Amino acid sequence: MANAVDLPRVGAVARFASAFAVPPDRAGGALTLVEMIPPGQINLRCDGHDPRAARAVGGVLQGLLPVNANTVQSAADVTVLWLGPDEWLILTAPGQEGAVMAQLREALTGLHAAVTDVTGNRALLRLSGPSARETLQKGCTLDLHPRGFRPGQCAQTVLARAGIILHQRDDAPTYDILPRRSFAEYVWLWLSDAMAEYNGRAISG
Amino acid sequence: MLLIHCPWCGPRDEIEFAYGGEAHRVRPADPSALSDAEWADFLFLRANPKGVHRERWVHAHGCRRWFNVERHTVTHEILRVYPPGAAAEPDAAVAEAQPPQASQQGVRS
Amino acid sequence: MSNSHRTASGGRIDRTRSVTFTFNGKSYQGCAGDTLASALLANGVHLVARSFKYHRPRGILSAGSEEPSALIQLERGGHTEPNLRATQIELYEGLSAASQNAWPNVNFDVGAVNGLLSKIFVAGFYYKTFMHPQSLWMKLYEPLIRHAAGLGKAPKEPDPDRYDKMHVHCDVLVVGAGPAGLTAALAAARTGARVILADEQNELGGSLLTSGETVDGLPAASWIAKIEAELAACPEIRVLRRTTAAGYYDHNHLTLTERRTDHLPRGAAPHLSRQRLWNVRAKRVVLATGGHERPLVFADNDRPGIMLAGAVRTYVNRYGVTPGKRAVLLTNNDSAYAAALDMQAAGIAIAAIVDVRTAVNGPLAAKARAAGITVLENRAVVATEGGKRLTSVDVMPLAADGGGVVGMARTSIACDLLAMSGGWNPAVHLYSQSTGKLRYDEAAACFVPHKATQALHCAGTCNGRFALPDCLAEGVAAGTEAAREAGFTADAPLPVPRAEADAEEPLRPLWVVPSTQLVGRGSGKHFVDFQNDVTAADVLLASREGYQSVEHLKRYTTMGMGTDQGKTSNVNALAILAQSLSAPIPQVGTTTFRPPYTPVVFGALAGRDVGELADPARVTPMHRWHVENGAVFEDVGQWKRPWYFPRAGESMHDAVNRECRAVRNGVGVLDASTLGKIDIQGPDAAILLNRMYTNAWSKLDVGRCRYGVMCKEEGMVIDDGVTTRLGPNHFLMTTTTSNAAKVLDWLEEYLQTEWPDLRVHLTSVTEHWSTASIAGPKARDVVAALAPDLDLSADAFPFMAMKEAVVAGVPARIFRISFTGELSYEINVPAYHGLRLWTEIMKAGAPHGVTPYGTETMHVLRAEKGYIIVGQETDGTVTPQDLGMDWIVSKQKADFVGKRSFTRQDTSRADRKQLVGLLTQDPTMVLPEGAQITAQAGGTVPIPMLGYVTSSYWSETMGRSIALALIAGGSRMIGQTVHAPLADKNVACAVVKPVFYDPEGVRLHG
Ligand SMILES: [Zn+2]
Repeated sequence: MANAVDLPRVGAVARFASAFAVPPDRAGGALTLVEMIPPGQINLRCDGHDPRAARAVGGVLQGLLPVNANTVQSAADVTVLWLGPDEWLILTAPGQEGAVMAQLREALTGLHAAVTDVTGNRALLRLSGPSARETLQKGCTLDLHPRGFRPGQCAQTVLARAGIILHQRDDAPTYDILPRRSFAEYVWLWLSDAMAEYNGRAISG
Repeated sequence: MLLIHCPWCGPRDEIEFAYGGEAHRVRPADPSALSDAEWADFLFLRANPKGVHRERWVHAHGCRRWFNVERHTVTHEILRVYPPGAAAEPDAAVAEAQPPQASQQGVRS
Repeated sequence: MSNSHRTASGGRIDRTRSVTFTFNGKSYQGCAGDTLASALLANGVHLVARSFKYHRPRGILSAGSEEPSALIQLERGGHTEPNLRATQIELYEGLSAASQNAWPNVNFDVGAVNGLLSKIFVAGFYYKTFMHPQSLWMKLYEPLIRHAAGLGKAPKEPDPDRYDKMHVHCDVLVVGAGPAGLTAALAAARTGARVILADEQNELGGSLLTSGETVDGLPAASWIAKIEAELAACPEIRVLRRTTAAGYYDHNHLTLTERRTDHLPRGAAPHLSRQRLWNVRAKRVVLATGGHERPLVFADNDRPGIMLAGAVRTYVNRYGVTPGKRAVLLTNNDSAYAAALDMQAAGIAIAAIVDVRTAVNGPLAAKARAAGITVLENRAVVATEGGKRLTSVDVMPLAADGGGVVGMARTSIACDLLAMSGGWNPAVHLYSQSTGKLRYDEAAACFVPHKATQALHCAGTCNGRFALPDCLAEGVAAGTEAAREAGFTADAPLPVPRAEADAEEPLRPLWVVPSTQLVGRGSGKHFVDFQNDVTAADVLLASREGYQSVEHLKRYTTMGMGTDQGKTSNVNALAILAQSLSAPIPQVGTTTFRPPYTPVVFGALAGRDVGELADPARVTPMHRWHVENGAVFEDVGQWKRPWYFPRAGESMHDAVNRECRAVRNGVGVLDASTLGKIDIQGPDAAILLNRMYTNAWSKLDVGRCRYGVMCKEEGMVIDDGVTTRLGPNHFLMTTTTSNAAKVLDWLEEYLQTEWPDLRVHLTSVTEHWSTASIAGPKARDVVAALAPDLDLSADAFPFMAMKEAVVAGVPARIFRISFTGELSYEINVPAYHGLRLWTEIMKAGAPHGVTPYGTETMHVLRAEKGYIIVGQETDGTVTPQDLGMDWIVSKQKADFVGKRSFTRQDTSRADRKQLVGLLTQDPTMVLPEGAQITAQAGGTVPIPMLGYVTSSYWSETMGRSIALALIAGGSRMIGQTVHAPLADKNVACAVVKPVFYDPEGVRLHG
């Protein structure tokens, strides 16, 4: 029997080019859009203000469990996004989600919590470059100005006509965009079109 | 387009929310104890004030939490947002059809 | 370059850059910096349009976005755009424009005969003429009017341009970049606040570009440049030129339309959006929108060559254009004197200033007299002459009360230009859209902002302050205060720039200029609304006929209903109405101001929501395979689902019949990934299910599945699906494809608002799992090949059970459930392995003839079994009992959502519409879905309708047609004959139980 973990995971926009970029010599600088290999995704529901739950989760996730709204905490191989007052999305390296889920379930035994594998739920698109913010502003009503949204922040919101989770990673700025997998092709096409103003070119691959 | 303060996520555009009708209507603990008329009242009759209205919204594209909004139906000014289960304002008599003064922001809460 | 009407120097045009353009097929030269209007006037062209109703020759009235007359069809083909104002079109090389509303051309217009028939084009013309008979309206009048009137032509080809949108937030949005707006923006931006300054013109400055006044000791142009530089140095300023604030909505949400490439030759910047719609959410708004000059209402006040005085001043000072050689000015206020002085300085001979005021002795009048200009006091222009261009005006003395003229003697003054000023209206459109209240200012005879309801400030002329020093001071104050309210203050406040203005004498309102004949008598027309050809006589007639509310007046006369929304006409019209009612103007009030301020192209509203991006197309992980294998897709909500998989030469009917045969006799496979899936965890999970589903869940064993139906409190079915117990406190619920999100929201609403004590967590896993449903007598063989380690015997893996296993190398959940009535396995794997699962099924199934099938075959097969589809057999008014599904409604449970309603009088009626099967007497006849059902064939109309067909198919399995229907009292009509009256025939049908195939369910359990 083949080891399932070793099978290549198929991205959500594989029908299209896997990357879309604006060359760095263009006005506004480089702007790239790529689909990342789907990371492990775990939905965690628990009472983050219950010290027992916080301790249990913290023990597994190297202390990461952001309780402030719209924030993200990251370590080398795990990123935890606040989704709601008792809900988080945990991103792991591809294939590591099973082990992390097992540890979480073990640690949370006896507490009212839910640990659910949602690795297939969302695609991860990464948009980076000086025009990235303006590109997103064409379809997102959030205040993405640096005074309103900074690295380490996330939001569940709407981009064009699709719900997304948005996470700003750095000041490039780089954004991780997680649409539902079935919406990923639409979001990809929409972003490619919104980037065209900056002379974007599809990179085959 | 309203700007609604989700009690958990902060101010977001109306497109992220879905409307849930009048708030503070509690499902009867034992519907079978109600007469047909009382049950019909629960099912079908809703307040439709010209003035302050307390209503349910859900942050459908955000944290998926339901909450209550106190909104003036003439000016669309949002006077307050508060979690479900919290009591309606003690001085509920305030809910008159008096348009409030220009708010300092879309929302104060 | 030589233009017949260009000044020798001056203006903000670039005389070194000549621009060639065509108007009505003729080539002209203009300058960079011209508008189409200024370039036409520089060439001596005044006649640019024909009016809407009477096809009268019309010229250019204004110099801005308020223009009612000079409407232009710009460009051709896909780029063409109607109803553009010549006063706003920036000239570019190769521009091609044409008059609209004129046929065959603007100089010889057949429609002008309408002018001779004007007696029938009175107020309420449409209502009076075209009431009866209705058929004539559609056949005769409507096309006639469309041809004769019409405002331009819509493009017939697809729009070749791209459009986009931008969503931004700011602390202070300043609308208008005149003296008030510039100072407001600078005062706010210096605090570090995020400021957006938007102006509809191509350059900043507003009225200063016309007046050229001195500010802080600098000429206007230099001062504007200095402020622009200071703004640019501020940290968070965004200046949007060529950007019109179109709408002011709730919670300080405004839309701005930016024209990004309209000033360039078409196609010059294909990578840019042509226009951009800005959605701005501002903490504070400063409205510095300036004002509009009012025309005066006198006989034949619409001839080409009759313009607003302020507009003439703009053409002279800003564009270096002299719109005439010899001018008369007609005014009721001082502002026209400043225009006269500038016109004279530019070389226009001023024949006279005709002033309706009895005596004029202010400083501006003194300057005019000192310049040798004749001022005729207490007089008015009572008539004008000239066909395609003004040639002279008649002047008469006014009676003391302004209500008539004195004597019969007229003085005729030859002139080719009449510049008029009836006073100024603050541009309160956006303010009013924001729901702010207005107040009538008697002295200035205009409506001014009174009480704001949103977080905004008005400044300058928009606020009823017309003098430059006041505008500058109000701008600084509004900008400073708006920033402070948004949380920002400057280290050093902005000093108010210094400026001077002459004291002005009071204005004299004269809403209709009298003449020797009563208004409406004689041939003279007193135009109020130039765009819709509404005259003072129309307003008076409407008033006499009882249309005394201004909103009624508007609709009856169409006053203010053109594309200009009556910017130059509304106040004149309501003042004339007030006069006729002997009512004060504030009592009559204004009509409601609505967005958009100026017309917005549909493309800008659509943005990039066009073509393949018009709506998201949701696809499953297997989509690529379906496309590559020729699937025809069906839209199910936003999903693209394979409808059927035709082989070469097959019709849809052929393909569906083949797919049906394959499932019934061999094995088929369906992509069922789109079903909604909700993961339910927590100690109270079973309690939640008990309350939400009509049937009982507590005793369901782990690893077993159960079908459930959900109702709303009214007892009507809203969703159904199979739920599986994965663990003692863990369930997986499936929902219908289109209700996945709705059901989750609905469960959450109950959990969060009604039963927060229940310890249950819900998580959507719809997209985590992709699903292939393998169905048919040979399904077991295919699954066995894919999962050799799994015991598939009926004892080990019975119907309505779930197993976890590795399938095609991937950990999977397998559900033995069926929507076809056949032995069936639904295999679920994570979405990122969905495509692999599908291709492995096709490989492993090949020896067994596995056939991919689509939603049509699924529908046929389930209908043969009488399985309902929520949304097809139900429409929100159907109970489980109506569907014959009493068996799924628990009698034991004390309560669940919907239960109480089942005993309501209406829900327990015996004659409710109930689900039945129908078999047509002619087995080859397939009823149309939606066909009505009657008890008798034919009869007297109206024939009572018993119900209607919900599903109808050709059943390949049964070798005949089958149908499901909802029929009143249907459950007691089994065996009877009913009728479906169709357009061409009557179809007799037998009523049968709603299950056609394998009623015992033997095949399911095989
Ligand atoms: Zn929220």
